[in-house]
Amino acid sequence: MDFVSLLIGWLSDAAHWAGSDGVPVRVLEHLEYTVISLLIAVVIGFPLGALVGHTGRGGLLLVGAANGLRALPTLGVLTIVVLLAGIGVVPAIAGLVLLAVPPVMAGTYAGIRAVEPIIVDAARGVGMREWKVLASVEVPNAMPLIFGGVRSAALQVVATATVAAYVGLGGLGRYVFDGLAIRDYAQVASGALVVAVLAVVVDLVFIGLQRLVVSPGLAPAKSGKASA
Amino acid sequence: MTWVLDHLGLLAELTGTHVYLSLVPLVLGLVLAVPLGWLASRSRFARATLLSVSSLLYTIPSLALIVILPGILGTRIIDPLNVIIPLTIYTVALLVRSIADALSSVPANVVAAATAIGYRPLRRFLGVEFPLAVPVIVAGLRVAAVSNISLVSVGALIGISGYGALFTDGFPIGFMTEVVVGVLATLVLALVVDAALLLIGRLLTPWTRAGR
Repeated sequence: MDFVSLLIGWLSDAAHWAGSDGVPVRVLEHLEYTVISLLIAVVIGFPLGALVGHTGRGGLLLVGAANGLRALPTLGVLTIVVLLAGIGVVPAIAGLVLLAVPPVMAGTYAGIRAVEPIIVDAARGVGMREWKVLASVEVPNAMPLIFGGVRSAALQVVATATVAAYVGLGGLGRYVFDGLAIRDYAQVASGALVVAVLAVVVDLVFIGLQRLVVSPGLAPAKSGKASA
Repeated sequence: MTWVLDHLGLLAELTGTHVYLSLVPLVLGLVLAVPLGWLASRSRFARATLLSVSSLLYTIPSLALIVILPGILGTRIIDPLNVIIPLTIYTVALLVRSIADALSSVPANVVAAATAIGYRPLRRFLGVEFPLAVPVIVAGLRVAAVSNISLVSVGALIGISGYGALFTDGFPIGFMTEVVVGVLATLVLALVVDAALLLIGRLLTPWTRAGR
């Protein structure tokens, strides 16, 4: 049987779409881990990146830390967290958060540093307080890069949540590992295909959200710069 | 520490595999990305197409790509190609954009000057445009190298080892030392390769420091 009919065979079997290990349940689990980890990562990474970006202090440390963390092997990090804290959803999510914070933090920092100093000076000149400068001027102007950071964190989490099935997490990675364990390649490949589609869909959702969140005033200026 | 000393042979072997599995895709990716990046810098249509395809491929999680490939290529599940090909794809996806941008940003008067003193297109590309793009390409290669080195570990899940084998060996028996050694070894390798690429980049572009 060739590959495509293998996939179609597995995916069209109604038994794989029902129950606690059916595709819809696994997709929801996967999305749940993704949303929770991403929210926590934003709550941690966004204020840190914004603060360092606004004050300019500790920027080198932050960029260095974010780059260093990118070199961390996700599988190793998850393994360590779970060995320390025990198998369970909470430790696995802690591992996902750890890997999602650096892109959010680095994106926020880079975005705020890239805001034209003239604009920031003007905001101070019209009498804005520091926090108001940050909240009403720097953050909205930095939104494209902040969003870029959150978007790559989201992809990182979707991918790593799959790997996290190895340390006992549910979600779509279960198909890959359970399938490998019993040498059921149709299950492995179908699970992988669903993950790939989910990642693309999540990315498209973020592209859509970005259009809504980023001020329309920023779009033309940015594309003008890129083509120059 | 005694564990490390007792297993130096194993660590050396895993280092070799890890370097092989992460750097072969880096070189292959560079070789493929240069012509594609050139194409993307030449035509708006090629640029749009290549960049959307590469960002789509980059979106696909590594584990998914690694386990799908045997089905598409007919490779055995523990074939190293199942790791080398996805990492090559990621490298190309990362580099095409930076190479295209770097080539587009070579000043038009420099290209015109090279043409005027008699450079033919191929020689002009190799002698003028490509060298001027080297700093940006090296920056892209550094990102790709670090990400490849970290991603190779995922291969251990289907039995293609590198340092990832230390995770899949240590985890089932709860042996923390082995896992920590694996993470540290990965970080050190990433640092060394990153520094090496930085150095190569400097050696290749002496003119960037001539004016200082």
